[in-house]
Amino acid sequence: MGSVPAGGPPGEGRAERRGIPGMMPRVTSDATRMRPWSGDRAPAGWGLGDGQAIPWEYAPAPESRDIVGLRERYGLFINGREVEASDKGAFQTINPATEEKLADVSRATTADVDRAIAAARRAQRRSWGNLPGRERAKYLFRIARILQERSREFAVLETMDSGKPIKESRDVDVPLAAAHFWYYAGWADKLEYAFPGRNARPLGVAAQVIPWNFPLLMLSWKIAPALAAGNTVVLKPASTTPLTALLFADVCRQADLPPGVVNIVPGPAEIGMHLVSSPGVDKVAFTGSTGVGKLIQRAIAGTDKAITLELGGKAANIVFEDAALDQAVEGIVNGIYFNQGEVCCAGSRLLAQESIVGPLVEKLKDRLATIRVGDPLDKNTDVGAINSRQQLDKITELVAAGVAEGAELYQPACDLPERGWFFRPTLFTGVAQSHRIAREEIFGPVLSVLTFRTPEEAVEKANNTPYGLSAGIWTEKGSRILSMARRMRAGVVWANTFNRFDPTSPFGGYKESGFGREGGMHGLHAYVRLEDR
Amino acid sequence: MATGRSTAPGRAGSRHGAATTVSVTPPRIEVRKTYKLYIGGAFPRTESGRSYLVTAADGTPVANACRGSRKDLRDAVRAARAAFPGWEDRTAMNRGQVLYRVAELMEGRHDQFVAEVAQAEGLRPDRARAVVDRAIDRWVWYAGWADKIAQVLGSSNPVASDYFNFTIPEPTGVVGLVAPETSSLLGLVSRLAPPLVAGNAVVALTSETRPLPAITLAEVLATSDVPAGVVNVITGLKRELVPVMAGHEDVDSIDVWGVADDARRDAELAATENVKRIIRRPAGTTDARFDWLEDRASERPEWIAAYLEMKTVWHPIGV
Repeated sequence: MGSVPAGGPPGEGRAERRGIPGMMPRVTSDATRMRPWSGDRAPAGWGLGDGQAIPWEYAPAPESRDIVGLRERYGLFINGREVEASDKGAFQTINPATEEKLADVSRATTADVDRAIAAARRAQRRSWGNLPGRERAKYLFRIARILQERSREFAVLETMDSGKPIKESRDVDVPLAAAHFWYYAGWADKLEYAFPGRNARPLGVAAQVIPWNFPLLMLSWKIAPALAAGNTVVLKPASTTPLTALLFADVCRQADLPPGVVNIVPGPAEIGMHLVSSPGVDKVAFTGSTGVGKLIQRAIAGTDKAITLELGGKAANIVFEDAALDQAVEGIVNGIYFNQGEVCCAGSRLLAQESIVGPLVEKLKDRLATIRVGDPLDKNTDVGAINSRQQLDKITELVAAGVAEGAELYQPACDLPERGWFFRPTLFTGVAQSHRIAREEIFGPVLSVLTFRTPEEAVEKANNTPYGLSAGIWTEKGSRILSMARRMRAGVVWANTFNRFDPTSPFGGYKESGFGREGGMHGLHAYVRLEDR
Repeated sequence: MATGRSTAPGRAGSRHGAATTVSVTPPRIEVRKTYKLYIGGAFPRTESGRSYLVTAADGTPVANACRGSRKDLRDAVRAARAAFPGWEDRTAMNRGQVLYRVAELMEGRHDQFVAEVAQAEGLRPDRARAVVDRAIDRWVWYAGWADKIAQVLGSSNPVASDYFNFTIPEPTGVVGLVAPETSSLLGLVSRLAPPLVAGNAVVALTSETRPLPAITLAEVLATSDVPAGVVNVITGLKRELVPVMAGHEDVDSIDVWGVADDARRDAELAATENVKRIIRRPAGTTDARFDWLEDRASERPEWIAAYLEMKTVWHPIGV
């Protein structure tokens, strides 16, 4: 490893020049540079203790909403056309930062879902399934290009509908979504090289149900590989975040994608269950909670449907005493406060080696004081709004349980907006493995700090969970990185970084975090049937 | 019961040639084999004290097999869990050699397997011989994959940032295998070798009606270099044992190949409790008609892949 420049993982600057999102660390260094003192602590004369907020206000830097032509009402997208729900029903989608209605969205009925499945089947048989791979590829390249062209429109709409900071939707969600289509576009006519000795045939119609934490990005993870392999899809977006999926319908139209290849049916959870249970679908792909994942696995029990599940997590972020602590602090912050902690692979359990837990927690508290919570459309915001009232209640309940069970709560003194669903970045010390906050997925900006003495104890504690989605390892010793990575029962292991994603990099869980991979060559496997050549 | 031994060639008393000169010597009474379970490297009887009558394909009674219980199955899962880390940590080449040695030892018992398969499945000797030949060869085919599958399924991934990013396969853990009902030996071997070569520990429920060749295979495994607990073999009634296996929280994957069609849904429902990986027969195939002698159908790297998890590691590139 060698020494690492302070302020971010190695190569961060170069990556940014190439247009790769730098996520939080960038803002951090700006914020810390603005301090009128040097070092981590405020001098005594400033009258500031650790953990106190910066004593001045940032000027607002709101992103313009003009780019989004928000409509009053959005329909379903079935067979290439925008249509009303069969019973004319609709539901509201709310801006979680203001609690104001953004739009009415048609609520699909079971009959609508059946029509969408039939359209997808026709398209698979007549157009898409017979299209040569190289032609499918060009459609997917078109989609990638249009997403890039309309990137700011998607970013602003995503932030309005989900509550995530514009910094993240602009620099992470939308570029990665476009990159996913770009990556899988190139596979469409090269499947024979992905599966040597086998013919890869499409499965047919894919039923896809996605969550609200990365609405457009999860859509791209689902649709891009499915289409590349020759499948058609019926996708149900989350009921709190349907808008970017419906804007994506417009991208499909602009790309002249044949009707029925992509169908989008917003609606409640029952609609998702109807979709995956339908005998008309050949493949089920779900991202969401482990609880719902089990219900979906039950729904297809006894059938021949293929299935992939990307479920919850309770990732350990393990910091050894030789780690570059300032760099680790940035990684820990990015690991748990990125997207308000509403991330299945969030590093929600910090495992710190006992010898450094004191200074590490001090630095973390210091760093938390500089995190800006507030208007998601403000370009300086680090932590935006919690996606829904329901989710805010869940976070609040679990944090209360943490206090009740005896863990020590720390929250920085920051003002929250008067309206909207916000939660302060939260850090618990003195957490025992048996505490609910150490076992249950909170899906919020809540970090639990636990300690270990030996690498063996770190492995034991990290793996002591039914989940197994991701893990983080912080050490300057390369061989330890690899030995720890090997012993993590988790599908993604980040060394000296956290929450990195790339279309070429397979993502998915061990154990109750689900099965199957999304991204990379492995992501194709979920959408093909292999036959003898 | 009485005819159990008679079809095993090479085990009749002819080696005791000296005895033939004395015509009054009474006929030698054969020492019959007790068919037991195979758990954690030992051959216990079922803790339940129960047995069930196994007949040859023609209906002739052959032996009392253990009617394994819920508790036997739990013991087997515990043994498998304990054995898993050691087996996973073996080098790939070593795992390949261990599986190859199973083929070597089966070759030494070739005639016994032919007799048992012929008896269990009602096959003519030449057909039974082909089945046993193929079972041995199948171990060899899968053994060779041990140190290659990671190269075929793994990847280094060209991410758009300064990280060395690679994906490697790792075994899932403890696999519950409901063995094919029809093909007592070749079907079992064809389903057992893939999870094993991938580095998993296995609890196998044998064919219910034709369990005896599987127990003999267990005897081969016990005297080969497969570590104790890596393979455990339970005989008994599937309607009793499949629900326990499917619902067991410490079983990570279940192969439902040998589950009867009308019981598969219930088994899969129970398996969702801990998000088990459910491995099914290819759509459109049946257990009874599957042609295990067909290499193209039965030798599939994707059958190994079904028992592997893909792990992706991001390692920074810096100075």
